[in-house]
Amino acid sequence: MKVGIPSPLLSYTGKSEVEASGASLHELVADLDRQFPGLRFRVIDEQDKIRPHMRFFVNGEQVLSLSHALQPGDSVHLVQALSGG
Amino acid sequence: MASTKKPRIVAAKTAPARARRTPRKSSAQHVVLLVATRKGAWLYHGDAARKTWSTSGPRFLGHTVQHLVLDPRDGHTLLAATKTGHLGPSLFRSRDLGRSWHEVKQPPAFPKAKEGEKGRVVDHTFWLTPAHASEPGVWYAGTSPQGLFRSDDAGDSWKPLPALQDDPRYRAWMGGEQDGTPDGPKLHSVLVDPRDPAHLYMAMSSGGVHESLDRGASWTPIVKGLEVVGGFDASNIAFHDPHCVRICPSEPDRLYQQNHCGIYRLDRPSDTWKRIGKNMPKRVGDVGFPMVVHPRDANTAWVFPMDGTSVWPRTSPDGKPAAYATHNGGKTWQRLSAGFPESQAWWTVKRQAMTADANDPVGLYLGTTSGELWMSRDEGARWACIARNLPEIYAVEAALVS
Repeated sequence: MKVGIPSPLLSYTGKSEVEASGASLHELVADLDRQFPGLRFRVIDEQDKIRPHMRFFVNGEQVLSLSHALQPGDSVHLVQALSGG
Repeated sequence: MASTKKPRIVAAKTAPARARRTPRKSSAQHVVLLVATRKGAWLYHGDAARKTWSTSGPRFLGHTVQHLVLDPRDGHTLLAATKTGHLGPSLFRSRDLGRSWHEVKQPPAFPKAKEGEKGRVVDHTFWLTPAHASEPGVWYAGTSPQGLFRSDDAGDSWKPLPALQDDPRYRAWMGGEQDGTPDGPKLHSVLVDPRDPAHLYMAMSSGGVHESLDRGASWTPIVKGLEVVGGFDASNIAFHDPHCVRICPSEPDRLYQQNHCGIYRLDRPSDTWKRIGKNMPKRVGDVGFPMVVHPRDANTAWVFPMDGTSVWPRTSPDGKPAAYATHNGGKTWQRLSAGFPESQAWWTVKRQAMTADANDPVGLYLGTTSGELWMSRDEGARWACIARNLPEIYAVEAALVS
């Protein structure tokens, strides 16, 4: 499935949309990390929590759990909220 | 408007990007300053006389760089502790003195908690220390919140030292999220005895100063003689807030410490710190963050006092920046302010943002939270500005490179 990548992570992927697969967000992120080593830890902490300011949207809806099930045709966007100066 | 004496400026040449990527051809050693800031890192290469400085940077623009350290065992490997405001923390390594960088494979991270337990999360790596000269590729890292990690592969992967992670006493002394500095509680001042790779010290803000004789497998607090904020119990390790601890390279049995509550000296095997800051001028006090030791003379050390009165502004007392030096182990102190602004300069210098090189005479360097980089070529007698308008400076390290 297609995964939208925010600009702070382009140093890993090189492009703003990549292909990745997985039956859940957890598996999808694992696939992203296989393709782009180091990406996962910038987004998910060592306790498997999505880091503050990082958000996943699946088919336009915000998803807060990495166990969320995915279908092959889903569209996933990884978004970074920006705050502070 | 109050008059302020214009500080002397040392020329800083900003090299064009192409020139920056060209390796230096001179084999003579020169000082490089490793400047870590809230918005990136810069390297300043000095000439042989340390009079002019060429700028290389920014690297990691927009990333918070807590510490940038050269491996003295090979002279060309750099480790940088980075984070952005939003991405998780990471470390980057350069094998060519900063010309190219690669992210390490596995930055410091706490163990995954057992089901039902609350695990800890590394917010950022705060402090980097190369291990003993006999242990090439080994590094230590102190994190926020407090954790101590070791790498055996030149920073590529890191493991937490379990004595701190698992000991309930240490977890209690570290306090919670509401303790520690405004930027989070930190483990810092990881020191390696140059005579013994297994002999380590480290400090926690908050959480005291500690010694290990077995490469960090076990630790013992060393806080006797240290004061804590009035009304609190000094026997409770959690109340101790060391800001910066340094070991004297020329006499490793001597340590100096800038604490939240004063300046101290410790001469091993004694385990009792002596408050040498009582000998500072009363109007200045002995509050501050950095502590700098002389590379060859254990009786000489420098501090940079901050205002610790009323609400603790932690700026230069009276808006008049000055370093203070002792040449007799803290019995007396000498004010060193020539070249600094004479008034209306409300500087803050963080604990990692003042350092010395190993030249003779020693060069001193400091960075302010207002983004100014200053140096002295003569052990503090006269100061000059190297750079202005940088982001908030977190750390300054000086290294001799070829």
